[in-house]
Amino acid sequence: MDWHFVFSQALTQAIGPTMLVYALGAIGLNLQFGYTGLLNFGQAAFAAVGAYGLALAVVAFGLPFWWGIIVGLGCAVVLALLMGIPTLRLRADYLAIVTIAAAEIVRRLFRATVWSEHTGGSDGMRGFSDPFFELNPLSEDATWTFAFLSMDSGRLTVDFGLFDLQYSHRDLWVMTIGWALVAFFCIVLALLVHSPWGRVLKGIREDEEAVRSLGKNVFAYKMQALVIGGLIGAVAGFVFALSRANVQPDTFSTDFTFYFYVVLILGGAARIFGPVLGAALFWFLYTIFSQGLSQAITADLISPELINQTQVGPLVFFLLGLGMVLLLIFRPQGILGNKRELMLDVR
Amino acid sequence: MRRAVLLLSAAFAGLLLGLGVNSSATAQDAFGVHGTLENQQDEPVAGVSITVTDAAGTEVATVQSAEDGTWAVPLEAGGDYVVVLDESTLPDGLVVRNGKPELEVTISSDRTVLFPLDTQVAGGAEPGGDEPSSGGDATGETPEGDESSTGADEAENGENLAEIEDEGGATRAVSLLFSGLHFGLMIALAAVGLSMVFGTTGLTNFAHGDLVTFGAVMALLFNLTFGVPVWIAAIAAVLLGAAFGWLQDWGLWARLRRRGTGLVSMMIISIGVALLIRNVTLFFVGGERQRYNEFVGQQPWDFGWLVITPKEVVTGSIALVVCIAVGLALVYTRLGKATRAVADNPSLAESTGIDVNQVVRLVWTIGGALAAMSGVFLGISDGVKFDMGQHLLLMVFAAVVLGGLGTAFGAFVGAMLIGVFVQMSTLVVAPELKYVGALAVLIIIMLTRPQGILGRRERIG
Repeated sequence: MDWHFVFSQALTQAIGPTMLVYALGAIGLNLQFGYTGLLNFGQAAFAAVGAYGLALAVVAFGLPFWWGIIVGLGCAVVLALLMGIPTLRLRADYLAIVTIAAAEIVRRLFRATVWSEHTGGSDGMRGFSDPFFELNPLSEDATWTFAFLSMDSGRLTVDFGLFDLQYSHRDLWVMTIGWALVAFFCIVLALLVHSPWGRVLKGIREDEEAVRSLGKNVFAYKMQALVIGGLIGAVAGFVFALSRANVQPDTFSTDFTFYFYVVLILGGAARIFGPVLGAALFWFLYTIFSQGLSQAITADLISPELINQTQVGPLVFFLLGLGMVLLLIFRPQGILGNKRELMLDVR
Repeated sequence: MRRAVLLLSAAFAGLLLGLGVNSSATAQDAFGVHGTLENQQDEPVAGVSITVTDAAGTEVATVQSAEDGTWAVPLEAGGDYVVVLDESTLPDGLVVRNGKPELEVTISSDRTVLFPLDTQVAGGAEPGGDEPSSGGDATGETPEGDESSTGADEAENGENLAEIEDEGGATRAVSLLFSGLHFGLMIALAAVGLSMVFGTTGLTNFAHGDLVTFGAVMALLFNLTFGVPVWIAAIAAVLLGAAFGWLQDWGLWARLRRRGTGLVSMMIISIGVALLIRNVTLFFVGGERQRYNEFVGQQPWDFGWLVITPKEVVTGSIALVVCIAVGLALVYTRLGKATRAVADNPSLAESTGIDVNQVVRLVWTIGGALAAMSGVFLGISDGVKFDMGQHLLLMVFAAVVLGGLGTAFGAFVGAMLIGVFVQMSTLVVAPELKYVGALAVLIIIMLTRPQGILGRRERIG
């Protein structure tokens, strides 16, 4: 069994493009759920409208790439308003139900065959990411070696002996932009939550009535948090779509949102670096379990009769679900969080 | 030789799986006839020849259904036409269910012609085991990978009467109404439990849909693995569902309540539980849609104004009786009164001497049993799939919010309305979008009357 490969894969994934998607989505969720206490179960929908806004604008309407980004962000704002206006005045669980329903509506609309000539139905769309990768300064066939870094026709290998990290030049470009965005949003979020505005948000999370009695417009604050968190979710959608160079409706299912929650709670809600740490750890664990199990099966360490390759996925997600439940019961603050801050209640 | 013929015909007759199918209307500007050929998974069926001839017998056009299953024949003048679907061009295993590949239509405006397609599985010894994913084969474009989310819609009603034919809008509407009532009863079975759990504990249980899956899967286990008849398997599944509900409350939720875990944490935990149950199911059952070995592809009763399968009548009636029984029990028995008291005001109920935890345990048990029953019945009509409950859950949410969160009677009323609405909406929208309508209704209700039909205003604040 190839431990070197398993560890290399796990660490590659722990800072790779997919992890950045989850980190960004969870940062948005952190503002909504961690700081404001909004139970948004539809973060996948924000990512979906972001990704599809970009894809549709570029492919179906032939707009330039930057217009696609603006369309995606605009769609996220509209979605946040649509979800927020009916529910933010009600109790928290109403928002949960509406957001989960809205996410499902969005997914079904995108996979509907009625307008599949534009959206591609369940096959999704591609062909919108070229302008993004044209900006890539890294050459496709660069070859050089520097200490433990080596570039072999566009494929970077970072060799640490015990393990190595490998990225294609496309991954590297996505990661450059992705990490820059993560850093940017972490700074923005840190400034926001330490401002008077952010203190009002935390006040809403702790006691909405008390904040209202101070004369604050709770509804407006909640809506602002939902919109900003949704915009960050849409950015996560952009990175997701660009890193895969396609959009597919079924990737934006309810489970996607749930993994954002796992990431957020694992790292620690209401902490600036919680989502980033959580996403890295989530992808490290996920890859090490799934790669480790499939390697073990290939190496006949686990009998294929007990578990076959197609059962690895469900088993790993089962373990993640179990881990999530245990984490919420025994350590709801995650790794970085503060327990007293997260005694949320809706009644 | 004779033996061979027998075997062959047995294999051919096989199982008439109600892998239903349908064809749906899409609005087009052109004047003519059109439609969409789809199998049950909403996957389009491509490459099927359809010929349109006019009243005089002259061929107008022969078209093939496109990659997305659509076909259209533009016509220049109204009148009587014959639309023929060439069955030999259908992918293996698909047949036109009502045996009428030839339809006479009168064209006065643009209209849709529907061919209900059905799957005939050869060698039906192992139902489900070798079920061909006909849609996938036909289109050759469904990657195995996204199977987990493509098939989905258990509520898709394999035997969906909705799609019988669109000759005579009235017949279709009546059939849709009945299929909607049936679907509504299935939602109601699940919704009553969800609503009662919410009423007594305040928890919105996102894992309730997976109790539905649990019931269907348990019945599958008894039916296929232990080989007992479906009706015994159904009873066993309902009992196990009750036990599962009891166990969940005893092992998890009661303890969390005692620890004082916040409701928001509990909601997220319930999502974790849902993920857990779903993946255990996927692990053991696999991602394929499976069917019980009885009551598949039943011959429907045709009353002229209504076409309905006997199993739908039976499961619907049982569901109705059970719902009425639960309602009567809530109103007239001591335990029922205690349950309503707890739902109304837990602290006040406790101070009058009601054992709140006992009541909550009871609600979980009954909720689990009803959800399992709903799962078995849905499994009988549409087959069993690991994510069937997850998709039903959103309909259940729509139903309980429409009826009023926390009220058992509201849940019933809401479920019936949602069920009928979902099915009847296919008269105007494409069937694949029927759930979108229901979920949109959910959001509109939030906007206008958040307490629901039977809820009270104070609950929502």
